[in-house]
Amino acid sequence: MNESPPDHSATDPYNERVPTYIDGLDIVLGGGLPAGRSTLVAGGPGAGKTVMAMEFVARGAARGEPGVFLSFEQGAEQLRRDFSSFAADVPGLIDGGTLLLRHIGIDGGSFEEVGEYTLDALKIRIGAALDQVGATRLAMDTLDTLFAHLRGTETLRGEIRHLFEWLHERGVTAVITAEQGQGTFTRHGIEAYVSDCVILLDHRVLEGLSTRRARVLKYRGASHNDDEHPFLIDATGFSLIPILTTHLEHDAPREQVSTGMPTFDDLIKGGGYFRGSSTVVSGTAGTGKSSVVLSYLDAACRRGERALYLSFEESESQIMRNMESIGLDLSRWLDEGLLKVRARRPAQHGLEAHLTEIERLLHQFRPRAVGVDPITNLITVGSETTTRAMLTRLVDMLKERDVTAIYTALVYSSTGTDRHLASVSSVMDTWVVLGSVYQEGERKRTIHIRKSRGIQHSHALHELIMTDDGLEVGGPMDEPSTVESSR
Amino acid sequence: MSAAEREGERWLVRLYVAGMTPTAHRALSNLEAIIHDNLGEDAEIEVVDLLERPQLAEDEKIFAVPTAVRHMPEPIRKVIGDFSDAEKTLVGLDIRPSR
Repeated sequence: MNESPPDHSATDPYNERVPTYIDGLDIVLGGGLPAGRSTLVAGGPGAGKTVMAMEFVARGAARGEPGVFLSFEQGAEQLRRDFSSFAADVPGLIDGGTLLLRHIGIDGGSFEEVGEYTLDALKIRIGAALDQVGATRLAMDTLDTLFAHLRGTETLRGEIRHLFEWLHERGVTAVITAEQGQGTFTRHGIEAYVSDCVILLDHRVLEGLSTRRARVLKYRGASHNDDEHPFLIDATGFSLIPILTTHLEHDAPREQVSTGMPTFDDLIKGGGYFRGSSTVVSGTAGTGKSSVVLSYLDAACRRGERALYLSFEESESQIMRNMESIGLDLSRWLDEGLLKVRARRPAQHGLEAHLTEIERLLHQFRPRAVGVDPITNLITVGSETTTRAMLTRLVDMLKERDVTAIYTALVYSSTGTDRHLASVSSVMDTWVVLGSVYQEGERKRTIHIRKSRGIQHSHALHELIMTDDGLEVGGPMDEPSTVESSR
Repeated sequence: MSAAEREGERWLVRLYVAGMTPTAHRALSNLEAIIHDNLGEDAEIEVVDLLERPQLAEDEKIFAVPTAVRHMPEPIRKVIGDFSDAEKTLVGLDIRPSR
């Protein structure tokens, strides 16, 4: 019995959308959920179904679209407590009368079923709740409860179908949670009666990291969008990181900006990094990677642009101290609000949580320049596949915002290949290698441009000098007696 | 002697409906037959129309109709449907059939 929902397209165009207002989700949904229809959110226990359902009604209520959250399992007081830290002010919205939380109690145990019945009494209860606040949004958590109390006969299934039709007639857009099935989207096959939009929430532990993925499926009709999107749940709610188009589709940038090291600018035709490009600076420990990044961020601030420095190794105070020694006064930019520094331990969160935090910072602070130092600390926590995916998303996230980004990559061996470096450099526009050599009896720092997409540049090895006045790059070096540069 | 008369208890069964639909009529007439055959004419059946008294749906946790609820004597028992099977209905309401 897999009939489509009745076609109301004459009076209710299916392409009308109701935004969820959940960060990142509406982009993936093509504007929002289908208006006047019920959408399933399926997943295992703890996957985040209840949170997403609550976000849908709460965020709508906060924008003046009243909503009702009906729980078959929990009491209203408990729900209010559980969601008291939500970014959407659940208690405030309840008190203000735009959000109603209600428990739909069904006595424990099963009932004897003797013959035909309808769910009209349930409709009366739902209707009363909707009328109380004039709701256009509804969340029901979880419809599976009905199946726990009633046998899954044709009568029940028919009644569930009528329930969704009734909601549609009332013009209510609903999110219905359900337990995920094996082989069917939901355990009880409820997808047969709702809109063709099903959101599957997956939560698993991969290599010690808690990972959450959301998939938005349209399983009827032509478009079958099956991307997986990482998402984050915390006490403030639910947010999704959409997969953006690959960087190959981005428009080729044209403006070039100074690297912050004028003598390095000279090595690149046009003098500097392309706006919106991504550069990786690789090298073993102590080769000056952070200095190269911060030289660029300093230059950005001098131009009056906002810069964001994400440190996954040193603390903020350590960074400040290090930079003073080469004449970069970053505290001035901090005071002026042009520079923001975030120091984090990579293992502090899952990869998705880092990505989400970065996205929030980008959204709030809107920097034009970003340094990620080092990227290798972050990406080595995952498998090769996870690494590539996360890296692509991060690079895309920054390119979409036309941010000029510099990443550092720590390598452990100055010779030989490093698989993570290979992954990283393949998505970068420019690859700068830092190293050191012994020449004339002294250790000298080196810099060379391994690749730079689309521009001519020096391919030679140059000396990198740390002066009191910033970094300087010397002319091409002669072939030294002992070479110790990173490849 | 019916079970009710034997035990000298007062029986109250409520039938919850959402409007007197054909199913509701059928349920009522089936229920009346079952109750009066087994508990005697003194057993009371009260019909509650939730369309007129919707708050009771919430108070009594009714979600399907028709629902027959044995209120008195305890234990409280609920049966959903049109009661087309007398024996199942009696079992559901925890009423021992009279001989």
